Amino acid sequence: MLIYTLKRLLQAIPTLLIVITISFFLMRVAPGGPFDGERQLPPEIEANLMAAYHLDEPLPMQYLRYMGNLLQGDFGPSFKYKDFSVTELIMQGFPVSLEIGGLAILLALIVGLPLGIAAALKRNSTIDYLVMGTALTGIAVPNFVIAPIFALVFGVLLGWLPAGGWNGGALPNLVLPVVALSIQQIAYIARMMRASMIEVLGSHFIRTARAKGLNEGEVIWRHAIRPALLPVMSYLGPAIAGIITGSVVIEQIFGIPGIGRYFVQGALNRDYTLVMGTVVFYGVLIVLMNLIVDLLYSALDPQIRYDD
Amino acid sequence: MTKTTVRKLLVIAGCAILTLTPPMAVADIEGGKQILRRANGAEPSSLDPQLMTGTWESAIISDLFEGLLTRDAGGSSIPGVAESWHISDDGLHYTFHLRGDAKWSDGTPLTADDFVYAWRRILSPERAAPYAYMLYPILNARAYNQGEQPADALGVEASDDHTLSVTLARPTGYFLEMLSHASTYPVPRTAIEQYGSDWTKPGHMISNGAFELTEWISHDHIAAVKNPDFHDAANVALDEVRFLPIDDGRAALNRFRAGEVDMTSSVPTDRIEWARENLPDALHETPTLATFYFAFNQRPGSVLDDLRIREALNLAVRRDIITTKITRLNQPLAYSLVPTAISNYDGPEFDFAQEPTDERLAEAKALMQDAGYSPDHPLHLTIDYITNQDTKRIPVAMAAMWKPLGVEVTLTNSDAAVYYSKLRQGDFQIGMAPWNADYNDASNFLDLFRTGVPNNHSGYSNADYDAMMERASNELDLDKRAQLMADAEGILLDDYAMLPLYFYIRPALVSPSLSGWEESPMDDHLSRWMYFKDAE
Repeated sequence: MLIYTLKRLLQAIPTLLIVITISFFLMRVAPGGPFDGERQLPPEIEANLMAAYHLDEPLPMQYLRYMGNLLQGDFGPSFKYKDFSVTELIMQGFPVSLEIGGLAILLALIVGLPLGIAAALKRNSTIDYLVMGTALTGIAVPNFVIAPIFALVFGVLLGWLPAGGWNGGALPNLVLPVVALSIQQIAYIARMMRASMIEVLGSHFIRTARAKGLNEGEVIWRHAIRPALLPVMSYLGPAIAGIITGSVVIEQIFGIPGIGRYFVQGALNRDYTLVMGTVVFYGVLIVLMNLIVDLLYSALDPQIRYDD
Repeated sequence: MTKTTVRKLLVIAGCAILTLTPPMAVADIEGGKQILRRANGAEPSSLDPQLMTGTWESAIISDLFEGLLTRDAGGSSIPGVAESWHISDDGLHYTFHLRGDAKWSDGTPLTADDFVYAWRRILSPERAAPYAYMLYPILNARAYNQGEQPADALGVEASDDHTLSVTLARPTGYFLEMLSHASTYPVPRTAIEQYGSDWTKPGHMISNGAFELTEWISHDHIAAVKNPDFHDAANVALDEVRFLPIDDGRAALNRFRAGEVDMTSSVPTDRIEWARENLPDALHETPTLATFYFAFNQRPGSVLDDLRIREALNLAVRRDIITTKITRLNQPLAYSLVPTAISNYDGPEFDFAQEPTDERLAEAKALMQDAGYSPDHPLHLTIDYITNQDTKRIPVAMAAMWKPLGVEVTLTNSDAAVYYSKLRQGDFQIGMAPWNADYNDASNFLDLFRTGVPNNHSGYSNADYDAMMERASNELDLDKRAQLMADAEGILLDDYAMLPLYFYIRPALVSPSLSGWEESPMDDHLSRWMYFKDAE
């Protein structure tokens, strides 16, 4: 198991290198630069800026400089948020995104899994249609519709919860963004769990278990749910990485100081270092999450072993 | 579960919900403290006055720092750190007498040397300050910024602790007006030398304005408390100001309605009519010093190098329809480049401004025909704009207005970075070019059309215009200078050098319980003038 983990981590290094290299050059070939704004700067000031950020050097040289700094854990200064280094920005925003995203995933599992299981057990019943209908709506209605409606209804009209703001992560400020962020995940998880549960319930070992005379509760709890969780698990790896690196929509609408907006704003501002920082961070997170999921697989499914 | 248990649970749930209810507007005055919460556009890119670029940064920095001059609640320039000043007869030498009680927030005195340090710092090539060019009127400023002169060649020196002498490269009518711009503020040498680029962080920053920085959580909030060492602290009513970087206009509106912020810096276009009806006491629609115009690429060889076409396109645009039906802000219609609200200036406008629509359209058609275009033989033009649903509607409307002239328009959108890079490379035909004044002077707009200057996107070049602007620059008499600039603008308009649409109206929401907020044409609102009535 340990060897397997180490092997996987080592394999991740070339993957990340490729991701970093491609992102670096893609970012630089994109038209427009970090200093192209409403105010065109006098050429001498632009020259000063290019020199200050080493953008006047040849591209391969810039790449080597970036990789050199990266190896020392230095993501460089943000082009746009000049008073912060990229590391500072990520470190300040990540705990916030982690909290919101983690809670949203937790909520999605707590609500989504039982719904999916119930729908599978009561296939083609009213419960099933209700759950699947709601799930479909949850998937179809995007965040940028749900979030402002939540803010308007619960924040402005009813006045039950704050319409926005982080407030150091106070409970009332968490409710709306977490719920808004989890709705789509609840829908995905419920649908996935239902499908996988139906498949498992039709398999031979379940028939065997029933034939052995186990009662239905035991069949479902002991034998069906664990294998049925596998597809959900493999979905969760990238989903968790995605959701805890933030959501630009939720962050903008509720004023959450997470890192989600850095992906979008960084790219729009041509903030090269910030984009690279978030790409590396996201890449590492994806690798880790997938590894954790694979390791959990063996815990759920006795057929999967990593003993080499 | 019995009925009573269910009822108990419901009561508990109800109480839980009630405790979650957010504090409403009364939070402004927490425990007798006056706290102002400002929804402030976007996250500042820097709190270093020498690195800032946008109006939302300027709002924070102007609360933290004060320049030689500052602005009153209505946006007019008033003495700041400088108590008085003297200008030599040739307009080249300025002597500023600094107030004796000017201090930094750590209690140390603020001296003329601090300005010398600050201005050398912003102009040093290594600093790479985007707004360094604001100080170019000072002797040798440009050469020093280009690395061609040493720092001590800069025309600024401290004659003594409270006297600052500034020598300009040439008379600059707007020099005083410029001195309330953030790029000219003093910066704290001790903090900068001690903390380097980290000097703007809470705990490190020393400032000289009405407030001092206490908290900065990126993308969350910036808090500043009243600075007891500020020279006018006795008249500052607010104890604390919190700036919330809310870049989504609808989110800002929601939070204003929920009582979570006391003022916003914008209102979404599609909510203006709603706000007029439902928040009439809070909504302010202020004309500001900014022009929304389209640049014509008129470099030699471009089809828009033809004066007739530029005139026809200008004639056929119904500006009233755009401001009433599309932007819905009823902005003042622009028939000139310089906003009518600019101080000490009375400029010309297009000849056709007062003509009825039919006549304009007939004239436009005749001009196009003369240039060889008609609906049967159309002229194909491209309008470039920044990707945004709100802005897209304007070029769409213009395309429809030009269709009867025989103009077929293709719309091309790109993100801001690509758009501005196309503009600067002259890789466009017609492109939107909004301009916000840096200081209240007509030259800030008219300089945009001098030959070869950085923001002259259209490649406009007219020797008469350049000569007239040059004469205006060197003119010391303010009235004569204004007249020369007006003559220059006349040339620009005769050339139909651009297509102005409207002058900006800045809508904002201000809590009716907040006093001291006044409409300001520069759209700057220093918190030091504001207070909550209820606390009195």
